[in-house]
Amino acid sequence: MSNLTDLTLSEMRAGLDARKFSSRELVQAALDQIAKLDSSLHAFLHLDAESALEQADEADHHRQPDKPLHGIPIAIKDVLMIEGLPCTCGSKILEGFIAPYTATSVKRLKEAGAVIIGKTNMDEFAMGSSTENSAYGVTRNPWDSSRVPGGSSGGSAAAVAAHYVPVALGTDTGGSVRQPASLCGVTGLKTTYGRISRYGLVAFGSSLDTVGAFGRTAEDVATIFSIMAGRDEKDATSINQPVPQIKFDVDAVRGLKIGVPKEYFITGIQPEVEEKTRAAIEMLKNLGAEIREISLPHTEYALPVYYIIAPAEASANLARYDGIRYGPRADADNLWDVYFKTRGGKFGAEVARRIMIGTYALSAGYYDAYYGQAQKVRTLIKRDFESAFKDVDVIAAPTAPTTAFKIGEHVNDPLAMYLEDVFTLPASLAGVPGISFNVGFDKNNLPVGLQLIGSHFREDLLLRVTHAYQQVTDWHKKQPPL
Amino acid sequence: MTLTLQEVEHIAKLARLELSEEQKELYREQLSAILDYVAKLRELDTKDVPPTAGGGLPQMPLRTDEAHPSLATDALLSNAPKAEEEQFKIPPVFE
Repeated sequence: MSNLTDLTLSEMRAGLDARKFSSRELVQAALDQIAKLDSSLHAFLHLDAESALEQADEADHHRQPDKPLHGIPIAIKDVLMIEGLPCTCGSKILEGFIAPYTATSVKRLKEAGAVIIGKTNMDEFAMGSSTENSAYGVTRNPWDSSRVPGGSSGGSAAAVAAHYVPVALGTDTGGSVRQPASLCGVTGLKTTYGRISRYGLVAFGSSLDTVGAFGRTAEDVATIFSIMAGRDEKDATSINQPVPQIKFDVDAVRGLKIGVPKEYFITGIQPEVEEKTRAAIEMLKNLGAEIREISLPHTEYALPVYYIIAPAEASANLARYDGIRYGPRADADNLWDVYFKTRGGKFGAEVARRIMIGTYALSAGYYDAYYGQAQKVRTLIKRDFESAFKDVDVIAAPTAPTTAFKIGEHVNDPLAMYLEDVFTLPASLAGVPGISFNVGFDKNNLPVGLQLIGSHFREDLLLRVTHAYQQVTDWHKKQPPL
Repeated sequence: MTLTLQEVEHIAKLARLELSEEQKELYREQLSAILDYVAKLRELDTKDVPPTAGGGLPQMPLRTDEAHPSLATDALLSNAPKAEEEQFKIPPVFE
């Protein structure tokens, strides 16, 4: 048998049920893989090894085959709280913070039997596209350790790509699941806004934040997605919408209308990215899809809209970090200085930049010109999708304009870094789901991702199309040279 | 547009961020470049377009109005940098 860490979630499930191996062996194999590789990759911020092994033993002694994740090791982005474990959000301002309760998304996975082995690295407060904004050091891309894994959920994407765990949780506000999935060559699902509870998710941009999932196959992602989805009374923005049983079949693509937006194939896109994504679309055509060129005319405005709305919401959400109720407090003898010194000293550069952009956009005299106008253009972007989905079932496009870039390449140029998200932002602003999966490699052996976008609550369709593609290709089985 | 140093200082004050002189200059350049870029939105005529507020959810069901226990005080205070007698302790607000 191959290495235990090479198994998918569904293979682990089958093996546990057939008693080919124990949960302890699975968890120990994950911890061994992490011990071997993570001093270099740095996908994890906190490991909970001892407790994970105890949970695994418990799963072995009291087998509950009706629980779909019973005994399966899983990793969680350090922006989702788990009672009793640190939650830093990659920030010095939450250094030492211990979560007092568990996020609903994680709670549902635990109730399904999941063994949480640790918290993964991320750009500070999920602001970034490379994981370089983590206050605790960058995560490296498993395909090339001189390159970034993408971000902000870079730790979770790398943990799945490096075969530490079969699945991991991330969050996606403007592309933070899809873009690292693309750069690390794994499958990553951004869910519909409102689909999964955000109770216990530390807020960044509240009209945009979603919980998402990484796996090596669409099938594995579907398993944890279905467990987490659905209304939660503790989150008023979680929607009461039935979660469909996702039926996988090879005919998922037959007769499907797939739209290819011309605005997503722009100058500046890496030629191999265009070539591989177009080849993948051709493959979907061979599987029976009807391909149509479509237009999403306001695509070019998504980036400026996002970089007003997300920072504006962040400036309000991050006002709570004031050194009073949690986190470190700077030494000062009056309250004003406590605020100034704590926040000035503990927030990283990108977070400070976005707080200031947001503060400016919301300040007296500028609100209408910036935030008000951005909210209106957001409506135009939403309408682009509404009108496209009258004609097509799914939209296919590149996930990111480039493959993984070098560590340090964009750190002094915020706008160049923001351009990494140019293809993922529109779906975030429209609140619709998206998925990214590996469809080939560039000349440096770096993965290229194809993004599929669906209408509200059609994650099932995205997962079924991805699954059908993964039945006739083996890109998702390629392993990084570790 | 180019922000002045005074404008950067004003924004930082509103946001309660202490900045060094070096940071002020760096953020002046970077924020100016970002604001220039987002000014692109003014190209569009949005006179008759309604804003999308929140995430544009079709429905926001409310839960039944029943009391539930909330988190324990000591669990929440345990993360405080300074606490005393079930309260957060802060420096004096009034002289």
